[in-house]
Amino acid sequence: MENQNDILEVRDLKVNFDTYAGEVKAIRDVSFDLKKGETLAIVGESGSGKTVTTRTIMGLMANNAKIAGGSIKYKDKELLKMSDKELSGLRGNDIAEIFQDPMTSLDPTMKIGRQVAEPLMIHQGLDKKTAMDKALKMLKLVGITNAEARINDFPHQFSGGMRQRIVIAIALVNNPEIIIADEPTTALDVTIQAKILDLMNELKTKIDTSIIFITHDLGVVAGMADRVAVMYAGKIVEYGTVDEIFYNPKHPYTWGLLNSMPTISTKGNSLPSIPGTPPDLLDPPKGDAFAPRNPYVLKIDTLEQPPFFKVSNTHYAATWLLDKRAPKVTPPAQIVERQKTYAKLKGVSLEQVQNGGE
Amino acid sequence: MEKKNAPVILNVEHLKQYFNITRKDAVKAVDDISFHIFKGETFGLVGESGSGKTTTGRAIIRLYEPTAGKITFEDEDVSKLKGKQQLQKFRRDIQMIFQDPYASLNPRMKVRDIIAEGIDINHLAKDENDRNQQVDELLETVGLSKEHATRYPHEFSGGQRQRIGIARALAVKPKFIIADEPISALDVSIQAQVVNLLKKLQNERDLTFLFIAHDLSMVKYISDRIGVMHYGKMLEIADADELYAHPLHNYTRSLLSSVPFPDPEYERNRKVIDYDAAEENDGKERSMVEVAPGHFVRASEDEVPEYKKRLSETPLFKEV
Ligand SMILES: Nc1ncnc2c1ncn2[C@@H]1O[C@H](COP(=O)(O)OP(=O)(O)OP(=O)(O)O)[C@@H](O)[C@H]1O
Ligand SMILES: Nc1ncnc2c1ncn2[C@@H]1O[C@H](COP(=O)(O)OP(=O)(O)OP(=O)(O)O)[C@@H](O)[C@H]1O
Ligand SMILES: [Mg+2]
Ligand SMILES: [Mg+2]
Repeated sequence: MENQNDILEVRDLKVNFDTYAGEVKAIRDVSFDLKKGETLAIVGESGSGKTVTTRTIMGLMANNAKIAGGSIKYKDKELLKMSDKELSGLRGNDIAEIFQDPMTSLDPTMKIGRQVAEPLMIHQGLDKKTAMDKALKMLKLVGITNAEARINDFPHQFSGGMRQRIVIAIALVNNPEIIIADEPTTALDVTIQAKILDLMNELKTKIDTSIIFITHDLGVVAGMADRVAVMYAGKIVEYGTVDEIFYNPKHPYTWGLLNSMPTISTKGNSLPSIPGTPPDLLDPPKGDAFAPRNPYVLKIDTLEQPPFFKVSNTHYAATWLLDKRAPKVTPPAQIVERQKTYAKLKGVSLEQVQNGGE
Repeated sequence: MEKKNAPVILNVEHLKQYFNITRKDAVKAVDDISFHIFKGETFGLVGESGSGKTTTGRAIIRLYEPTAGKITFEDEDVSKLKGKQQLQKFRRDIQMIFQDPYASLNPRMKVRDIIAEGIDINHLAKDENDRNQQVDELLETVGLSKEHATRYPHEFSGGQRQRIGIARALAVKPKFIIADEPISALDVSIQAQVVNLLKKLQNERDLTFLFIAHDLSMVKYISDRIGVMHYGKMLEIADADELYAHPLHNYTRSLLSSVPFPDPEYERNRKVIDYDAAEENDGKERSMVEVAPGHFVRASEDEVPEYKKRLSETPLFKEV
């Protein structure tokens, strides 16, 4: 490990898919670290590669996927060189997953009590009775009402939200080192979501679990994440602490994301949305992939990929706007409001916030 | 709101939808709810997971035989529709966009054929060319491109699949769309696009929406009126702004306090109001009471004064 606080290091990961239409370059040089005990949120547009990134970490690749380069280190072990057997030993034990779609992780033919108990029997060698007792406790913990009776029900007998709570119970039951949560609360209503997120946070501090949290709900990110990585078209375009990303974002894509979130007080006929569609990853553009949709586009964006510019020791953004030669631009009004909060939090002037960076 | 002068397009009266009635573990998924939707409006349905929102939607499109109650669409009792023609028209008029974009798309069909299925069944295309053109336009409408038409569902991300589902629903030019969590699988920037799109379609085509969701900020933004469900019961119905300004029922208050904001400082200080459903297990008779014009809350007689008082309080969630 490059840094002893890291539990996971992803470097220059490239993943392609062979399709009828050609090669989809889904992950294009993604690098990030996960520190012990932290929650790293990955946010970004649909199709930007969040799920593929984490599926690759888990060693759960689609048949047509090809790793075209890079490395993934978990506690000094190279995951990309592990056998399927070693990987499946890690899954559900060291690294647990909570997927976007509960039905992909539930066995429709198995009673739910047994599904929660099984990982305990496999990975911890508990006998059936002890495992079932623990399973029942876990199901209660995630808020399944009348759990004693319902352990004998099958997944289809539950609503979408309840199914996801069962999946969360399965993921948490073995106290994993890393939890990869891919939109874990998307199917839940907010009151249950608040409980599940509290539960995840509590577990995180209790057993020092690290969490990779994928969601498009920036409200959830604001409450869960220690650090945030923003993905666009198969690349990370900005990363920093939660305060840096929410109050002092530098990439125009991050501006667009924050801007298109309605708050309780948003009114009017149309939400600010990011115009256009994401690029075709069969043939990714030469320069900054966001250029065609970027209201602040510079000539160089269409020609050359921007490197990461350092904003602080913890905050980097890949946008030419941070280059010394770039013109100073004023971000959207809502973002300026956020910068004001940042200035207040840091005890500096708005100007200092806006001019920060190298 | 101006839409209240519009005719009622859908009326749900005392709907009950129970499962496993004959067994001990009977589930009262929907338990005596009534509401109506005006033509051209968006009615938002929110509530806890398992509260019966999807079941309500599925009962409306006749996927179930209601245990009790009556559903009327355009003045016709839905349960009395008979014959191939009437049913086919009904199935075209009301479309449902499903919660689960994975389960609802046939993995062996190309996107073009998935979207065109309704066009084919209802003979809405003049010829092959027209069919393809309609599909291309629909793909563009939902933020995909026509190159996607020849691909299969598994080649798409979750959000992209949901947009295919929306295009499929729009293909048959319905009057009424039940959107069951249509945007929860989408990231925010696309959510905004889809919500703007739904609003635009609504204005252009005089569409009516039943919008089921748990993202309350989006629901408020898109809905004219909102109904709050809990354990199969409807607890509160009001204009969207009114519901947020004066949430009356304790459950509604709890729900609103749980909404996360994209603001770390707010999140660090957020206080969630807890709600204990047991507080209503007191044997009192409760029904929907109109405590202010258009603002209904499920209450017992002696609770009404307290709710009237809450109406005059300063809004809990006033703009910050
Ligand atoms: N098996 C596959 N074959 C071909 N392309 C694929 C496959 N799986 C994913 N892709 C493509 O890879 C890209 C990244 O997809 P991914 O599922 O990681 O997106 P995501 O960021 O998780 O999006 P969402 O928020 O919608 O879940 C997309 O363009 C998608 O179409
Ligand atoms: N076919 C069925 N058989 C038995 N019970 C069912 C069936 N379908 C739904 N239920 C039960 O009915 C209740 C309402 O489910 P429903 O799917 O309508 O909830 P929902 O409000 O849509 O929840 P979510 O937000 O999680 O999607 C739940 O308790 C569910 O377990
Ligand atoms: Mg995904
Ligand atoms: Mg549902």
